[in-house]
Amino acid sequence: MVIDTKKCVGCNDCVVACKTENNVPIGYNRDWIVTESFGKFPDINMEIRTERCNHCSETPCVSCCPTGASHIHDVGGVVLVDHNKCIGCKACVEACPYDARFIHPDGYADKCTFCIHRVEKGENPACVDVCPTYCMHFGDLDDPNSEVSKLLNSRKYHVLIPDAGTQPNIFYLV
Amino acid sequence: MNSLSRRRFLKISGATIATAAVLAGSAKTFINSADKINGKSVKGIKKIPTYCDLCFWKCGIMAYVKDGKLWKVEGHPDDPLSNGRLCPRGTGGVGAHYDEDRLRSPLIRKSLRGEEKWVEVTWGEAFDYITKKMNKIKTEYGPESMALFSHGVGGTFFKHLMRAYGCPNETAPSFAQCRGPRETAFELTFGDIIGSPERTDIQNSKCLVLIGSHLGENMHNTQVQEFSRAVEKGASIIVVDPRFSVAASKAKYYLPIKPGTDLALLLAWMSVIVNEKLYDVDYVQKYGFGFENFAAEVSQYTPEWAYVETGIDPDVIRQTAREMARYKPATLVHPGRHTTWYGDDAQRVRAVALLNALLGSWGRKGGFYLPYSYSIPKYLYPPYPEKKKEPVDNPDKKYPFATAEQISTGIRDATITGNPYPIKGWFIYGTNLLQALPNRDETKKAIQNLDLMVVVDVVPSEIAGWADVVLPESVYLERYDDLNISPFREGFVGIRQPVIEEPNDQKPNWWMAKKLGEKLGLGAYFPWNDIEEYLDTRLKSTGHSLDELKEKGIIKGPKQPIYFEDGVEPEFWTPSGKIEFYSTQLAAAGFDPVPKYTKHSEPPAGYFRLLYGRAPVHTFSKTQSNPLLRDMMSENEIWVNADIADRYGLKQGDKIKLKNTDGVVSDEIKVKPTERIRPDCVYMVHGFGQKSRQLRSTYKKGASDAELITQYKTDPLMGGTAMNVNFVTFEMGV
Repeated sequence: MVIDTKKCVGCNDCVVACKTENNVPIGYNRDWIVTESFGKFPDINMEIRTERCNHCSETPCVSCCPTGASHIHDVGGVVLVDHNKCIGCKACVEACPYDARFIHPDGYADKCTFCIHRVEKGENPACVDVCPTYCMHFGDLDDPNSEVSKLLNSRKYHVLIPDAGTQPNIFYLV
Repeated sequence: MNSLSRRRFLKISGATIATAAVLAGSAKTFINSADKINGKSVKGIKKIPTYCDLCFWKCGIMAYVKDGKLWKVEGHPDDPLSNGRLCPRGTGGVGAHYDEDRLRSPLIRKSLRGEEKWVEVTWGEAFDYITKKMNKIKTEYGPESMALFSHGVGGTFFKHLMRAYGCPNETAPSFAQCRGPRETAFELTFGDIIGSPERTDIQNSKCLVLIGSHLGENMHNTQVQEFSRAVEKGASIIVVDPRFSVAASKAKYYLPIKPGTDLALLLAWMSVIVNEKLYDVDYVQKYGFGFENFAAEVSQYTPEWAYVETGIDPDVIRQTAREMARYKPATLVHPGRHTTWYGDDAQRVRAVALLNALLGSWGRKGGFYLPYSYSIPKYLYPPYPEKKKEPVDNPDKKYPFATAEQISTGIRDATITGNPYPIKGWFIYGTNLLQALPNRDETKKAIQNLDLMVVVDVVPSEIAGWADVVLPESVYLERYDDLNISPFREGFVGIRQPVIEEPNDQKPNWWMAKKLGEKLGLGAYFPWNDIEEYLDTRLKSTGHSLDELKEKGIIKGPKQPIYFEDGVEPEFWTPSGKIEFYSTQLAAAGFDPVPKYTKHSEPPAGYFRLLYGRAPVHTFSKTQSNPLLRDMMSENEIWVNADIADRYGLKQGDKIKLKNTDGVVSDEIKVKPTERIRPDCVYMVHGFGQKSRQLRSTYKKGASDAELITQYKTDPLMGGTAMNVNFVTFEMGV
């Protein structure tokens, strides 16, 4: 996933869309907005971005899971939680450097699924399709001709907490 | 929210997806909220087109009902306003249906006004009560002594009812408390209003100037989408705001202006453009009237002079003026929407209009386009009774340029004073007057003079707490309304139709109006049996039908030219037939024919100017109890400049109260110390600090700017009430 921070206005539409699409309970969110500003008034730089599970290539949340509930899906390397196997031990919640996981009131670890139920039907995640600023892009990073690959080739970007060594798969265009 | 647990959701999702594909093609008119219909379980996903009501933008939507329960809403892919993408409020619209604080049955007051003590009654009893009082008012004072406050398309049938009754007083705060100054200013200058949705061609603007207009926080969907497109295309964005807004973070130039001095900046910009002859000379010569007088007047306002007023570096004023000229006519100086700021607002926005005129952007690509509305004849009713009295809002045309709409606060004044004639009944639809009008005490004083006050709403809003009768309305996803024929780049017609049933005894507005009309002896004005018949009659007169629109959701008109350069005939409905750089109308009425700068009062020592605005997840004070939107933002914060916060020892999340110069003290509000605001003002999002005890989820969450707005300045041209003229100090240790 590639997110253009130049276009994001931080409106929370992606958060609301995720909640209705995935029936996320009130009080919990699978994605959220971060606004960071630097400098002294009036010389300010500000980055607004939407965050969620980074679906990392190196996954402390999977390696720490005692039951195998936290796993990497066959399709696209999406990181998922099998709710039936999850015992709600919170190991993954602690292990995630992005604070992307929470324990659902029903007792299992929950987080962004990249809307795998939509993606497997050829649709975008709900957050991508709802965004009124068109700041989010979803696609195959292994395909050099995909929109996301082209964006990463042509624009500057950063990832979140690169030092964690998790090799996150959400990229923020700046 | 939907009680379906995630676990259950997963178990049934396989089956649901399978049925979805089968049902997608036959989803046209299914309506029901129950799990079972006629004893049979309802499985699968239905998609029903309708249009949104979370704000006044009226985006087309697709509502999804899953297994008989309302699931989600998305943008209608054919809708020109949303392009299939809603704003967060629209996306959260399902929360309106599930809101636990909703009104459930009609209520009649059983103690003093404002005490919120009620008896639940039947619809018949409620209508009997209203009819008796309205008949009494008609007999004792005449039908003119009623007034309708109505905001939004849902008020259509109440307007019809009140006109049939003989009432000439019909208003909404959207004029005198919002966009009125803008409409007056553009009408005086170009002979036409901006209207809603705004006719701004943002997506094609090469230079976009936003003055206090915080797009992105203010989620007018089409405008935000176009703003994003302009950012992507590299448009030069100039943001003028005392607060470093979201839009400011996308801007090439951010001008941190001193509040109340925008007109000085506008005049200085125009002086640079005139003196350096950077304006669109052909356009001004061809379409302009009184340019010489105008040029002589504005050329005196140098950037150096403006610096003293605004605090903006004269070089930056020159650079930004040249930047605008460089991209003309594709430079859009945005007209704003909520423009009631300082009391000379119509003149300030007239300066915005004149700056656009200099740049030649009116009627041009990247500026202001010519909008079209889908042409559908009105339903043919018997003629309304002849008006015996003029509307009460603007006696002797004290505000000569309040021509577009009536002045809400003028009706409030008349209700207090009884002049020019008494107002004894208020019928209020879809507007929380306690949050919308300045100075609550005046509103409450007016209410005490009423013999009847009716509020129609979906939740027990603050204004409902003062009513004699409260009528619970179905939310937009549960009802039909009139057609949406908003003006846009292309005409279109959209339908609002029920997606799901009401959970309790709520009713649609058209039903209430018809039933009341019949009880009032006005049945002849409601010849249709139900709204479906009304809508079908209107649609058939254009060769369409209700069935067709129910299935499609939206029917679009033909594409037509929208710019002068595409063949639109330039027409200006001003007295001169031209763009009035010098306004003979204003001169004749004793006002400045070219805007002049006036200084505004400044905060006393230890006080800060109170500014207010929008958050992307809420509309006015309407959406705070919506569980989905409340989950995004449940209270507001007071933005305080970081240095000021330091001086007062205020930290993030500290709770304080605010006290204004009249001694009014707010509810508790959390402090947000930030570098993103000037030290001479503070800022909060409007619509919080609500005092309705029945609105349990939002009661006293955050503070109310409206409560602190006791001072207001009235625009002498059009009667708008400027509200950025209040100053507050901090009450700590609460």
